[in-house]
Amino acid sequence: MKKKHLQRLDLIFKNEHDIEDILTKTFKKSNEELVNDLISSGLKGRGGAGFPTGLKWKLASEEESDSKYIICNADEGEPGTFKDREILSRVPHKVLTGMAVCARIIGAKKGFIYLRGEYVFLKPQLMEVIKEFHQLLDKLKLDFRVEIFLGSGAYICGEESALFESMEGKRGEPRNKPPFPTQHGYKSKPTVINNVETLAHTYSIFKYGADKFKDLGVQDSRGSKVFSVSGDTPIPGIYELEFGMSLQKFVEDFGDGDAKAVQVGGASGFCVPRKKFDKTVIGYQGKLRGTSLPTGGSMMIFNSSRSMYNVLHNYLDFFVEESCGQCTPCRVGTQQLLLGIEAVKKGEQPSSYLEKLMELAEAMRITAKCGLGQSVANSFSSIVENFKEEMIY
Amino acid sequence: MTEVKQLVQDLADQYGRNQESLLPILQGIVNREQHISEDAMIEVARELNISAAQVYGTATFYSFLNTKPLGKYVIRVCKTITCMMHGKNQIIKELETVLKVNLGETTHDGKFTLLETNCLGQCHKGPAMLINDKPYTELTPDKVREIIMMYRDKELRVN
Repeated sequence: MKKKHLQRLDLIFKNEHDIEDILTKTFKKSNEELVNDLISSGLKGRGGAGFPTGLKWKLASEEESDSKYIICNADEGEPGTFKDREILSRVPHKVLTGMAVCARIIGAKKGFIYLRGEYVFLKPQLMEVIKEFHQLLDKLKLDFRVEIFLGSGAYICGEESALFESMEGKRGEPRNKPPFPTQHGYKSKPTVINNVETLAHTYSIFKYGADKFKDLGVQDSRGSKVFSVSGDTPIPGIYELEFGMSLQKFVEDFGDGDAKAVQVGGASGFCVPRKKFDKTVIGYQGKLRGTSLPTGGSMMIFNSSRSMYNVLHNYLDFFVEESCGQCTPCRVGTQQLLLGIEAVKKGEQPSSYLEKLMELAEAMRITAKCGLGQSVANSFSSIVENFKEEMIY
Repeated sequence: MTEVKQLVQDLADQYGRNQESLLPILQGIVNREQHISEDAMIEVARELNISAAQVYGTATFYSFLNTKPLGKYVIRVCKTITCMMHGKNQIIKELETVLKVNLGETTHDGKFTLLETNCLGQCHKGPAMLINDKPYTELTPDKVREIIMMYRDKELRVN
């Protein structure tokens, strides 16, 4: 019997170059129509947080200001994620098209692509594409320019307010929210900041219509998603799949037959053990129930030869280094979690100490200032709970 | 005028003299000098009319903005999970042998510095490393040796 595979989609990476037609078509519509199209498509932010894109654009368009900005967040730093690099190297014009439409809607004259320092090798080819794109904008009489801003190796700058700080020449330390970027973003001006993939999706929505996009996926998680698959898999790489698949199906397609756990959403995401594969669905809704997981697209597969202690140790190492150090729960918490699991492993602390550490992680979830510190508990608790014996012995 | 003063002035001419040009200017200094010296920071502060403490604060926050002298070629090996699973330790060992340095050190001729870094976004092609801006993926000890040889040859030809 032939195994039924997950449906692979080809929306984002489809080789299509009709930017001029699409921009001409969309510019004929009113801003309200365009925003409503986006809202009804159900597109949500593909960086992982899942804020409705149409609503974000609407909020920014309603702000009164002499200048506004649209920023494409290409500071892709989550371990196990590499989709944005692929999108920017293969279909950058789709991202730019999304930025231009957004600029028209909110009234921005300037846009930036915040490109992580590790991807600086993409810059020359991106500059070429931007140059051509500017010529097209001139022809269509849209007063809008895109610049590349380079990051310098700081994971935290993927957090939108830290990214603004970084662009303003400061340390990449997240701001308090509210106010949100749509009110006070870059240089305290109304700013739309979207993930690379989100912007590329708007291209498909403006081209094929909101309904076509909405047909894909499941309730509350519409459209397709680009997944970065790595770890113990014979076929690592980038795959565009529909939302709503079960992790069981995913592992059957991508695992090496011996998968014992999948880390969904990178170091800041959740670890799902084998026994929960069939109960876990990939999508936005119900993340607190633990049955449906949102993700920026990072899927790391671990087979039974891997020590989950080493995995967790590696993640904590990562967080200790990448914590910006601004708030105490995250700065001290990440270090104590790392010291804590080392102490349990060495037998310097009893196994019951793991409970204490989980309490600390939960305290970080409610007290840390930004998503980085809050989400350490995701991977920490899900790994410790499901692989307790590996933490101890 | 000292060389660093000239460099900072040129960069400020290119990127502007406001707060937003600080990061591009610091990146420009690293591209040229491999690190940002205290003199350079003071010069940047003067040029942008901000405090030297602020320049220092920003410069020391970002892992790619080095404030200590590094080699001409900075090798950053990814140490995050999937690269670790696919053998980054062997890669580092091989680099240590070939370059005759320990992790974190610079070769005596000042050509190479060996560092580790967090996720490079090449997880499907691990182990991976950057040499300055250029990524190298799907590394093996053999491949690493060839790459270093290539850089050494390039250096010989330059001299």
